[in-house]
Amino acid sequence: MRTLLAALLVLLLGSIAHAERLIVSVSNHRVTVTPNYSGEELVLFGSVEKDATTPADRTAYDLVVTVMGPRADMVTRRKERTFGIWINTDYRQFLQVPSYLALFANRSFDVITSPEIARRQQIGLNNVLLTQRVSGDYADVVPNDAFRSAFIRLRTQRGLYREDASAVTFLTPTLFRTGIPLPAEVPIGTYEVEIKLFANGAFIGKTETAFEIVKVGFEQFVATTARQNGLIYGLVTAAMALMTGWMASIVFRKD
Amino acid sequence: MQLYLPIADLPVNVFLVLAMGAAVGFVSGMFGIGGGFLMTPLLIFIGITPAVAVASVASHIAASSFSGALSYWRRRAIDPALASVLLCGGVTGTALGVWTFTQLRALGQLDLMIALSYVVLLTTVGSLMFSEGLRALMRTRRGAVPPRRTHNWIHGLPLKMRFKRSKIYLSVIPIVIVGIVIGFIGAIMGIGGGFILVPIMIYVLRVPTSTVIGTSMVLTLVTMLFATLLHAVTNHLVDAVLALILMVGGVTGAQFGARAGQKIRGEQLRLLLGLLILSVGVRFAIELVIRPEDLFTIRELGVSG
Repeated sequence: MRTLLAALLVLLLGSIAHAERLIVSVSNHRVTVTPNYSGEELVLFGSVEKDATTPADRTAYDLVVTVMGPRADMVTRRKERTFGIWINTDYRQFLQVPSYLALFANRSFDVITSPEIARRQQIGLNNVLLTQRVSGDYADVVPNDAFRSAFIRLRTQRGLYREDASAVTFLTPTLFRTGIPLPAEVPIGTYEVEIKLFANGAFIGKTETAFEIVKVGFEQFVATTARQNGLIYGLVTAAMALMTGWMASIVFRKD
Repeated sequence: MQLYLPIADLPVNVFLVLAMGAAVGFVSGMFGIGGGFLMTPLLIFIGITPAVAVASVASHIAASSFSGALSYWRRRAIDPALASVLLCGGVTGTALGVWTFTQLRALGQLDLMIALSYVVLLTTVGSLMFSEGLRALMRTRRGAVPPRRTHNWIHGLPLKMRFKRSKIYLSVIPIVIVGIVIGFIGAIMGIGGGFILVPIMIYVLRVPTSTVIGTSMVLTLVTMLFATLLHAVTNHLVDAVLALILMVGGVTGAQFGARAGQKIRGEQLRLLLGLLILSVGVRFAIELVIRPEDLFTIRELGVSG
């Protein structure tokens, strides 16, 4: 923590300022998920750098941090009562949506900026683009669409989508930090972090960083083998079943 | 102790799964069945998706039926000829079953079909077994001799074959059909099918009790091995870690169950088994009828990038 801050300060002092700049760093660029991984929290540090061109009256900044996990296609299905039982009837396909999505800010989104800018900059879960395939067309729908809100609700329940308008804290007027919680069932892959800076409701700049989540160990090996060498995996599992059965018949042999 | 299941993508408590394996193993050893119809619902209950549960239980049943089949083989209680004819049907049925499984999964109706099959099959078989057990119990109370039926229409079918060890002379057509049906439902529902196969073989095919369980175990073993392989190749849903924990628990529990089963009379055993099967079926029925907590579900279609 302290070394990180120190590194950050060195970075700050050494950089050449020519506009309002954002300098950020995450506490760990490579998170390894081990078999007993039960969730973790990354820390994002950053600083807003002013220079001579910065208006003097600009003292308070607002920040919105967006963390997006690897993208995937997902299907949301809805059950309906048919012939007395509950059956999946309707569905929507969500195309290349983030498997993990977190939006953090230092105060509530509607105070930071106008609805118009929030929509354009995709601020808030309601404004993030979630493309759906609607009868051959590709488009996002209104935020209160039943499938869209159910999708966000279910992902939020699993801790994979989140929105927290008080997660970003300013340590000084220009130095900030935020925690990025990663739940146990976090998807592996590359995570993009976008930091957007606002002042007096106006969007004044952004920067990006990234981190990577990798699974290591036996579990990952099993999962990869199952996907890539299905036949060998199946044969090994079958052999394992036979071995276990055979051993049991020897161990518990009655005569 | 938490352990992360690689395919189910879920952390589980090892001891819980081990205990479940042992409990189901106990029941299966007691009644001489594979226990898949109990194991699959239990796994679904602890949060594993029905698809992964069905695929993983297949290998678990293969393990327990192999240890069973070995001991029956030593006692010469397996009819190899009858087993191979059954297997012709069984392998075909399994392939059809796994194919149907894949199609239903793509349509998003797999979970429903699994639940529906459980309701229909388990309530039917359970109530039949329960009522039969009751009747048998009444008969023994009254001291009456069980009525012995003569040959039925099945024995009039062509393509007859002599099965030496079972001492029966029977057409291969009904045997192959039984194999297909058991293989098919086994692959879709994640059950070995022993609890259906054994009554069918005894009451319909008239296979003597001396070879019936051993021979049915051979069919279960091969169809479940084949199902494991096919599920692994086509759907990548077999969780080997989960399967291994279940196997270890299952084969151990089965030994104690077998000992307990010898102390209970046959009719009472059938009555209990009938009741057990019936209650699992009813539980699935209730689940289908009551309004689910959440009407929406999400399925990921694979992460890219």
